[in-house]
Amino acid sequence: MPLLERRFTIKANDFVKAGEVSIEVQGILKKIGFDPTLVRRVSICAYEAEMNVVMHGGDGEMMLHVEPEEIDLVCSDQGGGIEDIELALLPGYSTARPEHQEMGFGAGMGLPNIKKNASSLDVYSRKGEGTRLIMKFEVGDEH
Amino acid sequence: MKVEEIIQRFGLVPVAGKGGLDREVQGGYCGDLLSDVMANAGDGALWLTIQSHKNIVGVSVLREVAAVVLVNGREPDEDTKAKADEEGIPILTTGMSAFETAGLLYKAGVGRTQE
Ligand SMILES: Nc1ncnc2c1ncn2[C@@H]1O[C@H](COP(=O)(O)OP(=O)(O)O)[C@@H](O)[C@H]1O
Ligand SMILES: [Mg+2]
Repeated sequence: MPLLERRFTIKANDFVKAGEVSIEVQGILKKIGFDPTLVRRVSICAYEAEMNVVMHGGDGEMMLHVEPEEIDLVCSDQGGGIEDIELALLPGYSTARPEHQEMGFGAGMGLPNIKKNASSLDVYSRKGEGTRLIMKFEVGDEH
Repeated sequence: MKVEEIIQRFGLVPVAGKGGLDREVQGGYCGDLLSDVMANAGDGALWLTIQSHKNIVGVSVLREVAAVVLVNGREPDEDTKAKADEEGIPILTTGMSAFETAGLLYKAGVGRTQE
């Protein structure tokens, strides 16, 4: 039985609100009392996924699902999707626009950061059909 | 060393987030790419950057940096300041470059293990 389940909406191109969902997720996990290292890993992944929706995706949402032994984040959007997922997962690959790069986004490290910090990452996407990231974190795994 | 003490010793100017001046500085990181800072800044780092937009506060909260130092005379946007005040993340400014600022801090032992 889940300890907690929450759904947050994310708006495309809203750089003013960007990051708020991840900060809420971080706050919830801290309050429950999870290990700080685990909270940090989830926070990093939440942020990278949220920013990708804001920057590359369309309107979307983040689902947080918490159980005593596992935290799941599911981030999905109805944007343009990813043409080549393997390529998108490569460090340094980015299609970010120059104005986003100027802000310090678009290093092509987002998906690699998620891969490194989550216990598992699954990316489902199709050109024109949006993107869904499933990130799982096992409580107590070495990372 | 607390943020407060860093401000005094190195002449940095606190412009927002003053509620967090007693945060403990445990190290430092220079970076203008947000994902790089997310991945590589340590907990309690003093983050030196030229980025002055609001998203630096979100990164700071999530990565638990102690304070942000805007180098090269950069000033934070108004909404950056408001968000920093809300979250208690100090934003400090300096006319020095990241290189000079980091050099001074490093020489003074900030972020190096005690000898
Ligand atoms: N939600 C998304 N919708 C569409 N494309 C995406 C999405 N997330 C990632 N991508 C694609 O994958 C690339 C790599 O993503 P990432 O590793 O986070 O780097 P960055 O965001 O810095 O470009 C992006 O530049 C983009 O082309
Ligand atoms: Mg990204």
